Amino acid sequence: MPRLLRYVLRRIGLALVTLAGVVVFVFLLTHILPSNPAALRAGPLANAELIRKYEREMGLDQPLYVQFTRYAGEILSGNLGESWKTGQPVLKELGDRLPATLELAATAFAMALIIGVLLGVLAAVYAGTWIDQGVRLYATLGAAQALFWLALLCVHVFYYSLGWAPAPLDRLTIGVPEPPLVTGLFTVDSLLAGQFHTLLDALNHLWLPALVLAFVVSAPIVKMTRGSMLDTLNSDFVRTARAIGVSRRSVVVGDGLRNAFIPILTMIGIVFGYLIAGNVVVEKVFSWAGIGQYAWNALTINDFNAVQGFVILIAVIYVGINLAIDLAYGFIDPRIRLG
Amino acid sequence: MASIPSFRVSPVRVRRRSLWQRGLRAVGRWRLLSFGVLLILLYLAVALIGPEVAPYEPNATHPQSTLEAPSSGFLLGTDKFGRDIYSRVLYATRLDLSIAFSVAVSAFLVGSIIGALSGYYGGIVDDVVMRVVDVLLAFPAFILAMALTGILGDTVPNVVMAISVAYVPYFIRLTRGEMLRVRTLQYADAAVGVGNPRWRVVLVHLLPNALTPAFIQLTLVLGWAILDAAGLAFLGLGITPPTAEWGVMVAEGAQRIITGEWWTWLFPGLAIVIIAFGFSIVGDGLRDLLAREER
Repeated sequence: MPRLLRYVLRRIGLALVTLAGVVVFVFLLTHILPSNPAALRAGPLANAELIRKYEREMGLDQPLYVQFTRYAGEILSGNLGESWKTGQPVLKELGDRLPATLELAATAFAMALIIGVLLGVLAAVYAGTWIDQGVRLYATLGAAQALFWLALLCVHVFYYSLGWAPAPLDRLTIGVPEPPLVTGLFTVDSLLAGQFHTLLDALNHLWLPALVLAFVVSAPIVKMTRGSMLDTLNSDFVRTARAIGVSRRSVVVGDGLRNAFIPILTMIGIVFGYLIAGNVVVEKVFSWAGIGQYAWNALTINDFNAVQGFVILIAVIYVGINLAIDLAYGFIDPRIRLG
Repeated sequence: MASIPSFRVSPVRVRRRSLWQRGLRAVGRWRLLSFGVLLILLYLAVALIGPEVAPYEPNATHPQSTLEAPSSGFLLGTDKFGRDIYSRVLYATRLDLSIAFSVAVSAFLVGSIIGALSGYYGGIVDDVVMRVVDVLLAFPAFILAMALTGILGDTVPNVVMAISVAYVPYFIRLTRGEMLRVRTLQYADAAVGVGNPRWRVVLVHLLPNALTPAFIQLTLVLGWAILDAAGLAFLGLGITPPTAEWGVMVAEGAQRIITGEWWTWLFPGLAIVIIAFGFSIVGDGLRDLLAREER
């Protein structure tokens, strides 16, 4: 199937071009925009000698194209440089913190998917009624929400007032030992090690930030599900199915949901955008030691190597997800597969 | 969406309604939209006269009454320096709305002009523009704005620039898509045929007819820009204390979350959420309205 092959190759090519562009863009950002990165790194109290030392160390005394080839070479070989603050490789520091972010983001995504699809289907089935109105209000509020404020509100209600959630300080209560490292996900690791006390504690810390994040992330899912479900329910084949006596419920669940899922799949990219941006904010409110917290820490102290590492990691994941969606779509959709 | 050709009835039978009558009918039919417009007008009024009606200066401290709960003396309470939160929220309106409008308008202008030219000329220009757009869209908007602000430095113009850059690609895509449709219409050829230079045809004759989606997007971006600027300030980026800005105030209030002085962060946050909601329902409402008018 040469058509499909051409489609796949073209998509992969475009993704690679985009990633190359990302590297150039990030290089320009971190090497051109600040008037002197070495001075920034050295801090406001540094003398000229320290700044010159940093300039030599960072290769800033070289011509720009030399700097760029060196920079691109390093990144291609998987080296994101060292953090200016800790001296540790940025890739390792990001890797250490990625599981915390993944645990939060994956939980939030699962919650958002359940909430979003349920509400979206409800709104479509009861289109025009107060249920529909309510769900649409929910989606509007979720799509235009000050997440940092909502997170504070939830902490106030569930921690300060009700006491249902623990203090918003990282992933485990102080004194509870981390489970032996396997995946880095505390819930999974504690389960593997059979430490049920730790598992409970990890879950206890996880549910509130994940729920806050899920509210915002579910908004686009609700809108999309409602829309595509409505389209499906109004389509000829559903009307025919109803006419020949198929029950309403099996039409909604069997035909409607299955056909509504494809458009939902295609918007996972958008959802990921919401998820990662929201993650940064939620990690701040809940002192969650993930890559979002790492990024804003690095930004506030001008640790540009760490910042660019984070930004490139996000871009790689984002482009990768969109590529995967495009490819999956190519295989699913006969219009693309057969051209 | 495929456009359906509309068949006008003869001019004699068209009932002419005044702008005012049509406005009233629209209010009846688009209650939510009107509510959003009302919210925006209210905020604009506060931005205009807020500093006049505020009881205190935004940075005036009252050392005798720090962290006081809302009372008749301090309507929305005071923060840890004894500053009046009500006055600060009022003062911040002007700054936050200025940021929102600067971001939305500049992203709209830059994005739609680039998008229009790119869509009309096509070819290698279009290819290059679209690859640049791909690169910018390889980052979630907030993450891009965050990195740009961090690198550019913490000033208000830098925040505006950073958030604008993050939203320009959306406007480029929307306008380019419309332009691809509009440029095939016959009047485009006619405009060139009577001797207009091509750039003039694009910007003067075609662009106005390709702006509808970008215009709807503009309303949505107004809301997002406020959320983004405040979100950045909350992370300690961009707008910094002691500026009276909603996000900065929420960030300062967040330090009191464990001790429970809720008024320090609740009210500035409400100010953000309400106007973001306003812009959002106006954006959605406009989309429905304009989509229906096209039919």
